[in-house]
Amino acid sequence: MNPPPVRQARSALSLWGERAIELLIRLCGISAVIFVFSIFLFVFLEGAPLIPDLNWIPVIFSPEWYPTSRSNVRYGVGAMIIGTLSVTGLAMLFAVPFGLGAAVFVSEFCGGKLKETLKVAIEMLAAIPSIVWGFIGLSVMNHLIQTWLPAPVGLNLFNAALLLALMSVPIIVSIGEDALKAVPDSYREAALALGATRWQTVYRVLLPAARNGLLAAVLLGVGRAIGETMAVLMATGHAVNIPTSLFDPIRTLTATIAAELGETAVGSPHYRMLFLIGLMLFSITFVVNLLADLAVRGVRRQ
Amino acid sequence: MVSPAPKIAVENLRLSYGHKEVLHGIAFTVAPREILGVIGPAQSGKTSLLRCINRTVEFTPGAVMTGTVRVDGEDVMRVPDVYALRRKIGMVAPLPVGLPLTIYDNVAFAPRCAGVTDPAELDARVERCLRQAALWEEVKDRLDTLGTKLSGGQQQRLTIARALSHDPEILCLDEFSIAIDPVTTMRIEDVLKELRAHVTILLVTNLTQQARRLADRTMFLWNGNIVEIGPTEEVFSDHPKDRRTFEYVNGIFG
Repeated sequence: MNPPPVRQARSALSLWGERAIELLIRLCGISAVIFVFSIFLFVFLEGAPLIPDLNWIPVIFSPEWYPTSRSNVRYGVGAMIIGTLSVTGLAMLFAVPFGLGAAVFVSEFCGGKLKETLKVAIEMLAAIPSIVWGFIGLSVMNHLIQTWLPAPVGLNLFNAALLLALMSVPIIVSIGEDALKAVPDSYREAALALGATRWQTVYRVLLPAARNGLLAAVLLGVGRAIGETMAVLMATGHAVNIPTSLFDPIRTLTATIAAELGETAVGSPHYRMLFLIGLMLFSITFVVNLLADLAVRGVRRQ
Repeated sequence: MVSPAPKIAVENLRLSYGHKEVLHGIAFTVAPREILGVIGPAQSGKTSLLRCINRTVEFTPGAVMTGTVRVDGEDVMRVPDVYALRRKIGMVAPLPVGLPLTIYDNVAFAPRCAGVTDPAELDARVERCLRQAALWEEVKDRLDTLGTKLSGGQQQRLTIARALSHDPEILCLDEFSIAIDPVTTMRIEDVLKELRAHVTILLVTNLTQQARRLADRTMFLWNGNIVEIGPTEEVFSDHPKDRRTFEYVNGIFG
């Protein structure tokens, strides 16, 4: 008995459908690369004409940022690079232990109602707009720091780092908890059956098993902190200054762009310099991601 | 026959998961250095029974256990240190769970949790346990690779090595040979025969012949009830106490 011809036609159609869908999916994948590359290209093209006019060593290392000076224009972003790195680093110093600890607690040590309540609270924390954090930094923390800590001004590195930590903790907790949840229960049971306590199970089995996911959680937290603009603009004091103590005002790369781009003439050197700062931010994130990727690969090879 | 104090004594053990009772008040004892074979079809409560003994059943939400399980005369629900209890019992699951650690760390896991830190002692222990589990020759040159990279059968032997690593007084084997080839199975069975000298073994198995080869006594568990428990020769004879035992053992059950 021959198969009816309709089936033949249909299978040809479904073959084409298969190809079309495959193409569509491939396009979706490639589009990510295209977007990243075109954003990079746009930022680069806006900044590029200034590159030959710059003397790079003072630009990167000097804290002298006088883009509107009439007599002697200087574009030193050293203080801002240090500002961005120090505020992010300090924020991570607070956020990583707290975030990972909270993720372990939520995932492994608390159950039922408390867990649900905590998860909802953490998600709400993640949903607070950054301008609101900036407001808290400006009005609440500013006052508290001036009152309780030996700081001449309340808008400083410490204030902003605390805000950034509070902003990245929810991300670290929720992604970290997902990573721990993805560890099969059979690992937990096997470890406990061998006489491990819950804590021994966590640090000997779960943390190594969830290593990649936890690293991703931390890096997303770092990304959040580096890219944050509004809260740091409001809470750092926005002073071009290389910090020598926790309570020095600083300025970050992101806040500089946000505060000054609207004031520059399109195509002017100052405008182009701000795009070059954007390019620096791009490179910092790129390096962080690259290091993370290498770390994950190194871990895998072991 | 005057029997010594039992190693494990189970009385009126009932276990339910939610509304479903899976063990309906069973009672039996295991003498020190005895191999008790546990046979029975799927869903008869064999694995649940083992999980009651080392109290891992409590990790299943909704599991309610009543009655008593005594290990060395101590009620497992009232032991002061449940971790010490679990270290007294080696447990091998039917599907191997290689912890995501190196082969060495897998075997050294339990001793380390128990506080052994001396590297020489750990080395010796790891080698001894891997030899006992018939795995040493295959992995001795790559102890630092991930345990999860081994084949299924090797992983199962790794879990056996791990179960022996804390010098358990009781070994619970839950269908250990499911993923292992017959030749290796026989090698491990020989190891079990040696271990009998100082370890009490609960051998849950779907291979009735395995129980016949190894067990001193055999228990036939069916639907959460003990149908029969007695000397292995008797259970596997032509005239066990219960007709159903004969039918199950001879494959005409149902």
